[in-house]
Amino acid sequence: MTRLEQVSDLQPSYDVVVVGAGPAGMAAATEAAAHGLEVLLVDEAVSPGGQIFRAITQTPLRNREVLGEDYWRGRAAADSLLASGVHYLPGATVWHLDAGLQFGLSVGGRAAAVTARRAVLATGALERPFPVKGWTLPGVMSAGAAQTLLKASGMVPQGRVVLAGTGPLLWLLASQLVAAGHPPTAILDTTPTGNWRHAVRAFPGFLRSPYLAKGLRLLMRVRRAVRVVPGVTELAIEPGASCAAELVFHRGMRPAERMAADHVLLHQGVTPNVNLANAAGCALEWSELQACFRPRSDAWGRSSIEGIAITGDGSRIAGAEIAALRGQLAGLDAACELGRMDAEARDKLAAPIRARIATYDRGREFLDRLYRPSDHFRLPHDEALACRCEEVTGRQLREVAALGVPGPNQMKSMLRCGMGPCQGRLCGLTVVEAVAAARGVSPADVGYYRLRSPVKPITVAEIASMPRKASDEKAVLRV
Amino acid sequence: MFQRLPEACDSASRTSIHFTLDGLPAEGFAGDTVAAALLALGRDTCRQTAVSGSPRGPYCMMGVCFDCLVVIDGVGNRQGCLVPLREGMVVETQAGKREIGR
Repeated sequence: MTRLEQVSDLQPSYDVVVVGAGPAGMAAATEAAAHGLEVLLVDEAVSPGGQIFRAITQTPLRNREVLGEDYWRGRAAADSLLASGVHYLPGATVWHLDAGLQFGLSVGGRAAAVTARRAVLATGALERPFPVKGWTLPGVMSAGAAQTLLKASGMVPQGRVVLAGTGPLLWLLASQLVAAGHPPTAILDTTPTGNWRHAVRAFPGFLRSPYLAKGLRLLMRVRRAVRVVPGVTELAIEPGASCAAELVFHRGMRPAERMAADHVLLHQGVTPNVNLANAAGCALEWSELQACFRPRSDAWGRSSIEGIAITGDGSRIAGAEIAALRGQLAGLDAACELGRMDAEARDKLAAPIRARIATYDRGREFLDRLYRPSDHFRLPHDEALACRCEEVTGRQLREVAALGVPGPNQMKSMLRCGMGPCQGRLCGLTVVEAVAAARGVSPADVGYYRLRSPVKPITVAEIASMPRKASDEKAVLRV
Repeated sequence: MFQRLPEACDSASRTSIHFTLDGLPAEGFAGDTVAAALLALGRDTCRQTAVSGSPRGPYCMMGVCFDCLVVIDGVGNRQGCLVPLREGMVVETQAGKREIGR
């Protein structure tokens, strides 16, 4: 692997540009490079691993028990990348991609354009918004944020720590905090009790998947050490008098209960991070089971735009193991498309990978059904900020939706939601679902934000720093 | 406040990083991002919002939410969770929107 430090180290073009150095991106880049392609791997973090294997090459934690063996397995993937011929650009922002496969990248305030013959987007997942009242208060963060602090800096939240929400990551974080000797005070479980009814039909597949043993170990370890409050149906967070936050929650028809917390860690599943794909013009589709939009892609990860593949959790939430395997498939397909092997050779190499995907995949539907967050927690509460950046409440969304606003893009014009620095990453699904609910239609009919580059904020100075040819200047200068 | 596990603050294996936070001397470790270092110092608020001036702190720690925005070495609107802490860095909490020219 060649580590690039700044944009001036970049070539003007590469065979393959991979965005994101998580399990899928590392696997795609390593695979493509193994077939002799010139590969650039661009990542926002300073070391490879993505979120799931965050800081895998430099975590200060030595006790492997804390993060668990599933985390340490990431080391092998990072080692394969280190041993490969991939050009790796860390600490970089990818702010542009178009159908001509031209990327706009920035590092440390300097920007450059790079062209690819194939683009592989492995932008991963982000945590689903949790738009309850008070989710913007200091002291309230996502479970994933606390996990990042644990992995990258060896930090644990101190004092009364309350986890609230649903989904595998919530339980994983709880078990890691237990293993670190700092069990959380309580878990407020918002998993709808009725989900079991829908999940049970997918149970046989789950029984035969590797997730069963893992899940049981996790749940037992947490339940032994942590107070779990099941069946939470209402949740709000208020500023506390003597603590960061006070949780106010309901369990069904029971009267409101209160709990003081120094840290509140929220989580209700993950969804694909679609911003770059969306801005590039890749078609999205709505998944009712996973309650999110995802880029349309085929069995190789090819999107609706020729030359752009999307892989890993960025295209469909399926977990780290499947993400790495699908990343490998995208790498193989790039090698095939760029003439390094024929389709027959590609298919032969892909067959055992697909077989492994299938063993994990048969456990997924159960998890998706069991941990599907309730409508109540996906739709914004009246007093909750649906859009954190522009501070738009659930009530405002509903009032404006009632005027007949057809979709999220019109909502932008009315309320500015989605127009702040996060560019809809933390409000997109909330706004879509609120409009859909108001109109009584499916989010599929409402559609998602139409995003445009730059997909991350950059300064005009950064754009001005880009190398330009005489013809570029001639194009804009008045003679 | 966030606390470092004993193995994560062993000064023999980890390098201390000195920086200033709103003009006062502060310390973190190599491998910390600016946002992580602030949280370890008990700072759960790092900015006031541009719209209403309400306090915010890091929410996602992965570059998505933009609630950890701080001024670093005179440049505003930097995502504290993505910027590695460096020796001698000048970090300031950000009040409202980024000032023109900063």
